[in-house]
Amino acid sequence: MALTEQTRAEALSLVERYPEPRSALLPMLHLVQSQEGAVTSAGIAMCADMLGLSAAEVAGVVTFYTMYKRHKVGRYHVGVCTNTLCAVLGGDAIWSALSARLGVGHDEVSADGAVSLERIECQAACSHAPVMTANWELLDDMDVARALEVVERLQAGDEVVSTRGPRIGTFQEIERSLAGFDDGLAGQGPAADSRMTAGLTYAREHQMSAPPAPERSPFDAAAPDTADDADQHETTGA
Amino acid sequence: MALTPVLTAHWDEADSFTLAGYRRHGGYDMVEKVLSAPPDDLITVVKDSGLRGRGGAGFPTGLKWSFVPQGDGKAHYIVINADESEPGACKDIPLMLANPHALVEGCVLAAHAIRASHAFIYIRGEVVHAVRRVRAAVAEAYAAGFVGQNILGTGIGVEIVVHAGAGAYICGEETALLDSLEGRRGQPRLKPPFPAVAGLYACPTVVNNVETIANIPTIARNGAAWLRTMGTEKSPGFKLFSVSGHVERPGVYEAALGTTMRELLEYAGGVRSGHELKFWIPGGSSVPMLMPEHLDIPMTYEDMQGAGTMLGTATAMVFDETTSVVKAISRWMHFYKHESCGKCTPCREGTFWLEQMLERFERGHADLDDIAKVDEICRQMFGRNFCALGDAAATPYAPALKHFRDEFVAGTHTAADDLFDPVAATIFAAAAVGSGGAS
Repeated sequence: MALTEQTRAEALSLVERYPEPRSALLPMLHLVQSQEGAVTSAGIAMCADMLGLSAAEVAGVVTFYTMYKRHKVGRYHVGVCTNTLCAVLGGDAIWSALSARLGVGHDEVSADGAVSLERIECQAACSHAPVMTANWELLDDMDVARALEVVERLQAGDEVVSTRGPRIGTFQEIERSLAGFDDGLAGQGPAADSRMTAGLTYAREHQMSAPPAPERSPFDAAAPDTADDADQHETTGA
Repeated sequence: MALTPVLTAHWDEADSFTLAGYRRHGGYDMVEKVLSAPPDDLITVVKDSGLRGRGGAGFPTGLKWSFVPQGDGKAHYIVINADESEPGACKDIPLMLANPHALVEGCVLAAHAIRASHAFIYIRGEVVHAVRRVRAAVAEAYAAGFVGQNILGTGIGVEIVVHAGAGAYICGEETALLDSLEGRRGQPRLKPPFPAVAGLYACPTVVNNVETIANIPTIARNGAAWLRTMGTEKSPGFKLFSVSGHVERPGVYEAALGTTMRELLEYAGGVRSGHELKFWIPGGSSVPMLMPEHLDIPMTYEDMQGAGTMLGTATAMVFDETTSVVKAISRWMHFYKHESCGKCTPCREGTFWLEQMLERFERGHADLDDIAKVDEICRQMFGRNFCALGDAAATPYAPALKHFRDEFVAGTHTAADDLFDPVAATIFAAAAVGSGGAS
């Protein structure tokens, strides 16, 4: 794919979401990646043109953020968390196994173009360590065997489903979602998994709960008839 | 103290993240009531409740709101910091996945309090499903009339924009987040002026953490006195704790502030079978580590400070005796070096050297006088940067050295992986060993 009039129109729709046009730059760069597979010079030029910035100003933003790629990543961009906790719990072993299997290192793409690898930092899923991602969908509680299987399936084009999300789409599909265009997949995956409900489960089993809610809210005292500017009241008390 | 599920109370329902699931338990009931009352009423309730920011610093939320100047004729903004990236922190992402509507309702209520007509939810880009869930929740709330213009006929309007970041830990720092939201490199600003006076687009802005804002509907519903039945005088309320690492049941544990790590460990099934606690970190890699003798200290802002550390994000990491402290610190130094934005010299250069020197210890190639040299670099960095990232990078080493000096001395001749078999520390090794040997 390339940057088309349609792309420009969609970029314009992003600009219109913000009080100041430049705030749309990060979403616009995600949009560029969804079209081009990377932030290309043409994409930088389009953003600069639309926002009245120089190409250098846009490029300066691009190079600051790790999710913007200046060269094409794989159809499936796989991250392995090697920050301390994941690394210790098995992330380092997973990284070594995947790197050896694919014959690529950090920020490199497999020969068939299917999978690229990145050593990622903390993914805010430490209770599910060791954690991986594929196109920024979570793959929790991994071990070496499962990690290898995931990558094999991705290479073969077989279905891989996130442990807390949908079937994993292509890098360009996910970038479009990050740009701000809904893909209708929010309902996929569980509301929460057993790790997320670990405390709730324990509380239920041991009859623990928060203190009961009082009958009245402090806002029940507020008169329900103040439909317009309520600023004239000083306080209503509680 | 005990577990107190509030925000997590319905996460075991399959539709907890939908409008229907949230409404079933009184969700959005407070919108009409709060928006019909003067904005200062909510500020007063939140102030009285003593709610403190859940992003790590613990600043009183009501006080922060009250700093926003009124009648200044400028646009006001509320910005939600959903850039959760602190190593160890895993509470905001689960909240956004399972209960995004609490955040959305909180946004509407908080926007009213500070007279903002626009809210932005800045979510880190690396967790796309959290972005989807929050975006879908906002869309549902718009369709139901809880967000948008003239909400429920109150005449009050709040627009919410969901914004995905692009991979930068530093954007969790509030002024860097604002620069990023303005479409720039995410670099911290000099303060003052604080965001309450000159924030987004140089307008008065409140930046609050996800969990802080998700607390607001419940506090509005149940009142300040109810919140204060949990926690302590200086740390009232409930908190999303998490426990990760070498424990039997890692996960999210919502409990009253003041709960101890010993209690949290019990809920989490204890340190994994056949092993013992070596050290733990109460609230993210940026706060000093604690030892087994600290398990009975209440997890409050003030008690953790008294113990020489910080509550931080209250997301505990637990490491057992198979862990190399040198390797743990070394990896965190790599992280801070990777994430330093480069604006301030002490942080940019300091993290660059810390990473390399810790790697020498990890490989067993350090010199004995490197032990003092690393300490000196940390001292030179601390307090000399625009934001706290440099301080955070300078923090872990000293307590690690204090408790495990032998391991750093060993780093002058023996690699960390030779001292501590990395296979033994993995959880899959534990599964193999544990199933055969334990209990």
